[in-house]
Amino acid sequence: MYDGGKIIPGLIIFVLFITFPIWYNRGNAGTVPQPELPKNYKQCVLPDADMRAEHMQLLNRWRDQVLRTGDRSFDVKIGDTMYQKSLMNTCMQCHTSKKKFCDRCHTYASVKPYCWDCHVAPVE
Amino acid sequence: MKYTFPLAAVVALVLFSWIGASIPGMQYIFGIAVPYLAMVFFLGGFCYRVIVWARSPVPFKIPTTCGQGFSLPWIKYDKLEAPLTTPQVMARMFLEVVLFRSLWRNTKAMIYKGPKLTYESSKWLWLFGILFHYSFLIIVLRHMRLFLDPVPGVIAGIEFFDGILQIGAPTMYLTEVTILLGLFLLLGRRFFNRHVRYISQPNDYFPLYLIIAIVLTGILMRFFLRSGIDIIAIKRLAVGWVTFHPTISADIGSIFYIHVFLVSALLVYFPFSKLMHMGGVFLSPTRNMANDTRMRRHINPWNPDIKPHSYAAYEDEFRKDMVEQGIPVEKPLTAEESAAAEE
Repeated sequence: MYDGGKIIPGLIIFVLFITFPIWYNRGNAGTVPQPELPKNYKQCVLPDADMRAEHMQLLNRWRDQVLRTGDRSFDVKIGDTMYQKSLMNTCMQCHTSKKKFCDRCHTYASVKPYCWDCHVAPVE
Repeated sequence: MKYTFPLAAVVALVLFSWIGASIPGMQYIFGIAVPYLAMVFFLGGFCYRVIVWARSPVPFKIPTTCGQGFSLPWIKYDKLEAPLTTPQVMARMFLEVVLFRSLWRNTKAMIYKGPKLTYESSKWLWLFGILFHYSFLIIVLRHMRLFLDPVPGVIAGIEFFDGILQIGAPTMYLTEVTILLGLFLLLGRRFFNRHVRYISQPNDYFPLYLIIAIVLTGILMRFFLRSGIDIIAIKRLAVGWVTFHPTISADIGSIFYIHVFLVSALLVYFPFSKLMHMGGVFLSPTRNMANDTRMRRHINPWNPDIKPHSYAAYEDEFRKDMVEQGIPVEKPLTAEESAAAEE
């Protein structure tokens, strides 16, 4: 081998760099976040799986409808009751804690929604 | 043919993983076995290729210089374009790797009526290349949020600046736009530039199609086919890969498996293709050698070991035969030798 003194360290650095997540986590898979669910309510505006995958798109749609077209109608159905399109008046009525509900998953997945740029987060 | 065959190959990969991952139980193959195998092929193949290159001797000192070389101490020389010392070579290599300086020098030859030949600077390839490569780098770094727990601030910072326009939810990333722009411009260059189209091969189109497919599946997964895309389940799987405890918890949508399969295909394809320029750029002799041929002798490593053989030694070896054949010699035979020759 020619220039092994430069190429082998280079290769080792490359392999260490690519496998960085292995060294960083050190075999500890961590705990999967468990957001605290409201105790008195069993149903949300969409089925669980859809909420998990699509809640951000739903909230974004509500935001556009409420703020851009001024449509604040009570057309969100949970069970038999109708609710308003509103983060603070609907979502946060059941999911009272931002820290125990929103933040658990968002921190784990490093998601920083900008809801709280305008809304005032509940004091906890 | 050379455009459509690689495209058909990518479509086949998509269909294969789509159908494969829909079969119950096959998620373990597509979600665990395939990514691990791909990573083994990638790292193993990459090291193998670099070591094969490292074992190939460079017979001549062949740095490409494009500036005044060092001659006399009072003549100013171009330290970057004709580097003399190791730090200068390192500076040149660094700028090559980071800024693609050799593409910046690209020229286009044109023949006008006359006939008149002109060379003109052409920086399009540099622009498309830099758009694509840096977008890809940022995207790979951004994906580390799914592999690292807790997520380091640097990664979160990159993600913040990438999504700084705050368009939609989930937020649109700038690099999603720039990588597609770069890829389609690079592909368009191969389609519409006659000279480049003539020299393009299927293995030039395949990686472009494959990376476009990876980007498109990623964008579809993030914005349009969200059903079943539970990011917590996905991060759990990704952290599982790198901690060697992979768990497939929920019903993750097929688009995720297609995305992972295409990335695995890219990883496997990487070491055996032109994509190895990632490692090869560091080993290009025209870039990583110093322009010091007049100061240091470069010995070809495969030169045979030839011992010097002087005329005096040659005559000593063959004197008897030379005298016998009547060839003049500088030193006559001694009395004993001629007596032995007589007999």
